[in-house]
Amino acid sequence: MTGAAGTVRRRTVWFWVFVGPFALGLALFTYVPLLWSLALSFFDARNTVTPTDFVGLDNYVHVLGDDAFTDSLWTFLVFTAFIVPATYVLSLALALMVNRVRWARAFFRSVFFLPVACSYVVAALIWKMSLFNGVRFGLANTVLGWFGADPVAWLSTTDPPWYWLVIVTLRLWLQAGFYMILFLAGLQRIDPVLYEAAAVDGARPGRQVLRHITLPQLRATSVAVVLLLVVNAFQAFDEFYNLLSDARGYPPYARPPLVYLYYTALGQGQNLGVGSAGAVVLALVVAVVTVGQARWFRLGAKEARA
Amino acid sequence: MTMKRRALLAAGAGAGLLTACGSDTGRGGGGGAGPALSHWYHQYGEAGAEQAVKRYAAAYREADVSVQWRPGNYDQQTAAALLTDAGPDVFEGGPTLDQIQGGQVVDLTGLLDGVKDDFDPAVLAPKTYDGRIWGVPQAVDTQLLYYRKSLLEDAGVQPPATLDELVDAARELTDGKVKGLFLGNDGGAGALGGTPLYAAGLELVTDGGEVGFDDPAAARTLGRLRRLYADGSLLLGAPTDWSDPSAFLQGLTAMQWSGLWALPRVQKELGDDFGVLPFPRDGASGRPAVPVGAYGAAVSARGAHKEAAKAYVKWLWVERTDYQQDFALSYGFHIPARRSLAEKADELRTGAAADAVRFTADHGHAQPLLWTPTVQTLYQDALSRIIKDGAHPERELRTVVRKVSSELDRAKRTS
Repeated sequence: MTGAAGTVRRRTVWFWVFVGPFALGLALFTYVPLLWSLALSFFDARNTVTPTDFVGLDNYVHVLGDDAFTDSLWTFLVFTAFIVPATYVLSLALALMVNRVRWARAFFRSVFFLPVACSYVVAALIWKMSLFNGVRFGLANTVLGWFGADPVAWLSTTDPPWYWLVIVTLRLWLQAGFYMILFLAGLQRIDPVLYEAAAVDGARPGRQVLRHITLPQLRATSVAVVLLLVVNAFQAFDEFYNLLSDARGYPPYARPPLVYLYYTALGQGQNLGVGSAGAVVLALVVAVVTVGQARWFRLGAKEARA
Repeated sequence: MTMKRRALLAAGAGAGLLTACGSDTGRGGGGGAGPALSHWYHQYGEAGAEQAVKRYAAAYREADVSVQWRPGNYDQQTAAALLTDAGPDVFEGGPTLDQIQGGQVVDLTGLLDGVKDDFDPAVLAPKTYDGRIWGVPQAVDTQLLYYRKSLLEDAGVQPPATLDELVDAARELTDGKVKGLFLGNDGGAGALGGTPLYAAGLELVTDGGEVGFDDPAAARTLGRLRRLYADGSLLLGAPTDWSDPSAFLQGLTAMQWSGLWALPRVQKELGDDFGVLPFPRDGASGRPAVPVGAYGAAVSARGAHKEAAKAYVKWLWVERTDYQQDFALSYGFHIPARRSLAEKADELRTGAAADAVRFTADHGHAQPLLWTPTVQTLYQDALSRIIKDGAHPERELRTVVRKVSSELDRAKRTS
């Protein structure tokens, strides 16, 4: 038992004891459904996960020809265009401010981080019912009332599309604190010597230092933050669903891909064939966007050099 | 150390087992012997309804029936559960066309032998496919236009009899504090659905299974709904949606589209100061319309005891008329699906309730079975774009008619 072979065997056993359950879980709950869904996308699968009616690429033709699906991709693009820059700027600004305060830093850090712990569903209900409800006693409409403006039905108005304000502020409030923490960690890793050297060289504190020292030093953090933000925007479902759906369905605007797929495949329709085809298309889009981003940020190249 | 770890593992496994056994089956205290059946209901908001259906189940002697009362997205839950062996034996549901065509539910035609003509034909029709019956209607629900008599009198407005009058009345009744009409926070696309088309003398699907609104009158009628929105007469973004009468009761709106289920509460809070109307007619060949619908008791084809389940459904929803009466009228407010029961009920003989019964009999339209969720989404999206974005009704409807008719062809082909 004390020989080298025994140790190796024992190690192998323990390796599988620890890794096995997770590998099994990963295979069972991730890879099997993934491949199953790929298979379903080639069948007419209504209300069944074991279909027999092979339809080739019909489901793909259907989903790509469906305006609602292509609109949902636009919705995602618009949402990303709003939420990624907004969260980036706000969380960076918060991090710079919190990093500079000399007292009660832990307090501020906690205050801005706290919303992260709030559930999307709860926040969506608060946004919908009390902050942005359409009647005159909603918070936003009360503020408008002070200036003599008429109440706005925030989530029901499509011209102008006020619902974006509700959706974007909600996610901004929930996630800015988390990215602030990432930026804070990045800021604390910048060597103070660099700032001292810049000051000696006559760099003016403020914009010049931010642009030439802080931002370049934060590059790795920024890349991670942007990647995470885009992926999270793709996964948007909770706040959209809870803000805009009702007992009779979902309005034809602000319908992101996952909400579309939910109603196609998991609603009363249970059209799992078309739903799976949509999911595969979406997965390809996510893959292309992520690879494109990585290329653009030269993520792999940097690692190779380091 | 090893000992502890092993103990921990055992404890973990034990906890897992406990959770697995601990699911609440809601079994009604061993009422019957015989096979175990599970019966699913969606969560009714009315106090006492859950206790009532559990009481009925416990009174059944031939099987041990356990009731599951399911909150949340009920139709999605049953649709998913019917794919597995863990689903219900008996459930309330459409059942939907996909469920019938997919062989997920059992033919119940024989259960209604001799009493079929006693069921309201409007709600029995959507339970019928290929001449067979797939669900036993439980109780009829309908929707109505509630209006506040005093507010209409103050504004000098008559209860609207046509859609144009409704548009005018809603505009007249709107002022800084009160909106004229509440059709739901989405502007009416969801709650109204096909009702305006029926009010224009059209229908969603014809008896022959073709699109029933390929007609210029459809665009004209839906365009008038846009008028309501554009005039600013609609209440939008209220804390509760159309199915809840709170917005109407709190005075946020002078008129509201809501369900028959809201009637007892409206009556209690407003006394005589309200009236009900069907959706008003539109155009020369129009006639008033109200939607009717009913959950049907259906039997899952995957259940282990299908014959026992059918016998139980027959006992509860065909034979026990006392329970059917109690279910419809003692908790919420529904019209019994059996006409002989509806005629006997005292609660339905006077006032607004009597009006509602008359509307359903004269102007009731149930959503056809062929009106699948896919088709409904297509139509509802177009209606929402017409109402909110001012999209051109004719152009929107042309696209919808084309898509709906290909979807109807597919649905008919599958059979």
